[in-house]
Amino acid sequence: MNAKAQETPAIEDPPIGLKLIPEQASDYAQQVDFLYYALLGISAVLMGVLAALVVLFAVRYRRSLKGERGERISERSGRRLEIGFALLLCVSFMGLFYWGSRLYLDLYSAVDTDITVDVVGKQWMWKFQHPNGSREINTLHLPVGETVELRITSQDVIHSLSLPAFRLKRDAVPGMYTRAQFTPTRPGSYRLFCAEYCGTDHARMRGKVVVLERSDYQRWLAGGVDTPDRAEAGAQLFQSLGCGACHKADGSGLGPNLHGIFGSRVRLADGSEVVVDETYIRDSIVDPQAQLVAGYQPVMPSFSGQVSEEEILQLISYIQSLGQPLEADGEHD
Amino acid sequence: MPTNKSRPAVQFDDMDQQRHAGLLGMWVFLLTETLLFGGLFAGFAILRLQHGAVFAEATGHLNLPLAAINTALLLTSGLTMALAELAAGARLRRATLRWLLATIALGTLFLGIKGFEWYSEFQRQLVPVLNLPFHYSSELPAASGEQPVAAVAELFFNLYFIATGLHALHMLVGLGILAAMLWLAHRWRRPDRIDRQLRIAGLYWAFIDVVWIFIFTCFYLLRA
Amino acid sequence: MTRVVYSEGEDRHATPADYLSGGWSIRSWLLTVDHKRIAWLYAVSITLFFFFGSAAALLIRLELLTPAGDLLSAESYNRLFSLHGIVMVWFFLIPSIPATLGNFLLPMMVGARDMAFPKLNLLSWYIYTLGGIFTIVAVIAGGVDTGWTFYTPYSTLFSNSAVLAAAVGVFIVGFSSILTGLNFVVTTHTMRAPGMTWGRLPLFVWANYATALIMVLATPVLTVTLLLIGLERTLGIGIFDPALGGDPLLFQHLFWFYSHPAVYIMILPAMGVVSEIVACFSRNPIFGYTGMVLSIMAIALFGFIVWGHHMFVSGQSLYAGILFSFFTFLVAVPSAIKTLNWTATLFRGRISFDAPMIYALSFLELFTVGGLTGVFLAALALDVHLHDTYFVTAHFHYIMVGGAVTAYMGGLHFWWPKLTGRLYSRAWATTAALALLIGLNLTFYPQFLLGYAGMPRRYHSYPDEFSILQVLSTLGTGVLALGYLLPLIYLSWSLRRGEKAGPNPWDAKGLEWQTPSPPPVHNFRETPVVEEGPYAYQ
Repeated sequence: MNAKAQETPAIEDPPIGLKLIPEQASDYAQQVDFLYYALLGISAVLMGVLAALVVLFAVRYRRSLKGERGERISERSGRRLEIGFALLLCVSFMGLFYWGSRLYLDLYSAVDTDITVDVVGKQWMWKFQHPNGSREINTLHLPVGETVELRITSQDVIHSLSLPAFRLKRDAVPGMYTRAQFTPTRPGSYRLFCAEYCGTDHARMRGKVVVLERSDYQRWLAGGVDTPDRAEAGAQLFQSLGCGACHKADGSGLGPNLHGIFGSRVRLADGSEVVVDETYIRDSIVDPQAQLVAGYQPVMPSFSGQVSEEEILQLISYIQSLGQPLEADGEHD
Repeated sequence: MPTNKSRPAVQFDDMDQQRHAGLLGMWVFLLTETLLFGGLFAGFAILRLQHGAVFAEATGHLNLPLAAINTALLLTSGLTMALAELAAGARLRRATLRWLLATIALGTLFLGIKGFEWYSEFQRQLVPVLNLPFHYSSELPAASGEQPVAAVAELFFNLYFIATGLHALHMLVGLGILAAMLWLAHRWRRPDRIDRQLRIAGLYWAFIDVVWIFIFTCFYLLRA
Repeated sequence: MTRVVYSEGEDRHATPADYLSGGWSIRSWLLTVDHKRIAWLYAVSITLFFFFGSAAALLIRLELLTPAGDLLSAESYNRLFSLHGIVMVWFFLIPSIPATLGNFLLPMMVGARDMAFPKLNLLSWYIYTLGGIFTIVAVIAGGVDTGWTFYTPYSTLFSNSAVLAAAVGVFIVGFSSILTGLNFVVTTHTMRAPGMTWGRLPLFVWANYATALIMVLATPVLTVTLLLIGLERTLGIGIFDPALGGDPLLFQHLFWFYSHPAVYIMILPAMGVVSEIVACFSRNPIFGYTGMVLSIMAIALFGFIVWGHHMFVSGQSLYAGILFSFFTFLVAVPSAIKTLNWTATLFRGRISFDAPMIYALSFLELFTVGGLTGVFLAALALDVHLHDTYFVTAHFHYIMVGGAVTAYMGGLHFWWPKLTGRLYSRAWATTAALALLIGLNLTFYPQFLLGYAGMPRRYHSYPDEFSILQVLSTLGTGVLALGYLLPLIYLSWSLRRGEKAGPNPWDAKGLEWQTPSPPPVHNFRETPVVEEGPYAYQ
């Protein structure tokens, strides 16, 4: 089940059938649909009024109908009409703006996640890795009822992971991590697309999300080839790349001690402060001197090109597993 | 109505309208130019924020004294250009010619110095294009324990060459216009027309000055 | 509206020759500085490009008839939609109304003999042509497959197509846009006839003036962005390359800083056209002139601060997203006011349904659908779902084809008698206008449904279930093609065989109607003096 990387994976479209409102595979999807219905309603009313007025005027004031037309609207009442209409729109738009933004913030603000799945887009496939090390391509298995965080990046061009059943989409941008979270509430299989045009086989970069009952998910995880889990794989890499020679656990090494560093704030050589998050760790592996921690010499070589995007994610998982920061001021989004 | 003034082009009613249209046209064009350099400076600003330290350090590799001399030259040329416009306004042919020549000389000197600066950067292997060797080392005392990252420094130098190159291109166009004006002033056929065109050219020349001030500030002065 | 400008029955020999009587030699066209002839040069060129881009669209639609990618290879498909976008946006839509109708009418509407800078006007057409040649070279050289958006790092590091040639083409055509804009701004400011105050300018002039400002302010940002793309692709300068510390999202910011206002370059002149038509065919002054002018300027202004709404899922910060969403809602308000005012202009009028009016009313429907679906996309949570799906494709086609192209057709039918001095077949024109309305809705409405169902854009093959909607859309394209081909036939026919139109067949107000059709070389026999506001319909 843990697919090996292959050049062009066969497309597996889940058998769903045409649904004008896609399946609601999460509570969030339902909430987005409410907003959609509300907007459809408002639009229908506005279009209806407009069409009715145009037809009414077209018939009543057609040129072939002679006779007086009566007074035109005075400038004063005309202006009132305009301002009134503008105010009405402003108020309803502000309501919609608030509604849309609230949902958006819900989607991206930090919550406790149960599972973090690493996602790497490449021309033209999606690669997923679960915390226990299981990998898959173009198919993503998830347990129902658990909050999943996707940690998304790309190893070449910009892609975009689109999960219509969850009303969710996030770009995969090379050189940075974007994230998205959702909680599947219904088992089943759902569509998965690349939504950002990424080259020749963009249209083949699609697959499915399979939401399983928890027990089935556990069974699925266990059924995979025996691979070390993600943090463990990271630990092995940490060893084989010789990182531990400098990043010693007791802090006596040439580089900073990495225990508890994830999520904490560190002061840099140029005096600024950063939160140690995925992007910072990635940058420090690829381009170590760009944001050097204060008090350390710039002796670390760049590992750019020596480690793949997946391996960097494994290293991040390993560093994340090294305990929590000492002070919990490391809020990050 | 016989008049010794020249007639406006056919689409205009009078010379005033034509003069106004010409000046406004140049202003609108300069608006476009502002946004052109604006896009470049916006890109610079964003990258500068992302790589503050490296950019600040890379700034140190540029030749500040030469750039300062260049700034002085260009500002002076702005003055001589204004004097040329005044002279043309007063219908003084010799003075117009003299100040125009001075402006052209200063502009050419500027380009010469700029060219020398580029050449010295080439010699110091700081030109990261066309597979030229790019060799970048720190000149600042390593007190902060910081060292430049070649890739980001490359980015800085690329931006530097694009900005100064684009500016130099504008200088060349400007010098071309001034040379044409010099020729017209030499012939001195229609002084009122020369006066009008010189004002338009003067706007353009002033704009080049202003752009240089921004380049000088962003690329040479922002060292912290 | 005006005092003595031209009155019939005057000595014919005193009437200056019309602008077409100067001859049909190639030289008389290619070296002309008459804004009316330059308008024709543009009209012919953009029509060629329009059918070029339409052919690409037709092939795309045919490919999408079946879910599997069978008619075209993925490479060809990607090249076709990129070509369609590049040609339609830069070589048709941007110059469409301004460079043809605007070029022809703006000087006449303000009562001028020509543009302020006639030679620059001609130069801008040559630049346009040069840009067009580069684009065709790009097609011959194997095409470009980046989409019209040239997103990095795909366009700079990964695409194996003629990106450079295409980018150079677009880079060049930008200068033509800038020169047209510059000419419009200066002409509106300095060339107005006596009595033509700002408050008496027709809305078409206002709309083109606002458009010109956007052209002047936004295009150079595209220019520098394409310059950076070119340098990045040839020299690898790294500004958009994350591996060198560059930022691929920076490209998107710069690109959309131009390309969002560019949407208003396309739609504002269309609004101007519709205002003229609605007022004329309902015999009413435009409702709320001041409100209309303020809306035009507000749209032009707000257009510059909403670019980030193209990047809601791209990894820009959450709060940037919220801010851009807010502004996007705001920009919808002036557009809605304009719709209100057009509708109110019909009130107690004397409405006739000539072809231009059918186009204008179609515009009203199509633009409103496009505008309202824009509100869907402004709402952040919905945009996350709809971004980069067919919903977006449908939305902007409703605005650009439904709005801009429909208004262009309407304007062409409205001013055709003025442009050529001839009338066209009313029956055929009505047929074509209705075909356009039906075809557009049939083509693009199903795409909204596809989008909400989740289908991404730019897909060469797709899951089977979507095929019914795709087939409907392709059928619509057939009707639409009829709506575009018919005018080509009966309008050409009218050039020689059409009835003579006379100076003012619609009995319209506005300076351009107070002079013969086709107009004399310098538009007016003597400079008109304006004493009334526009739209003095009784």
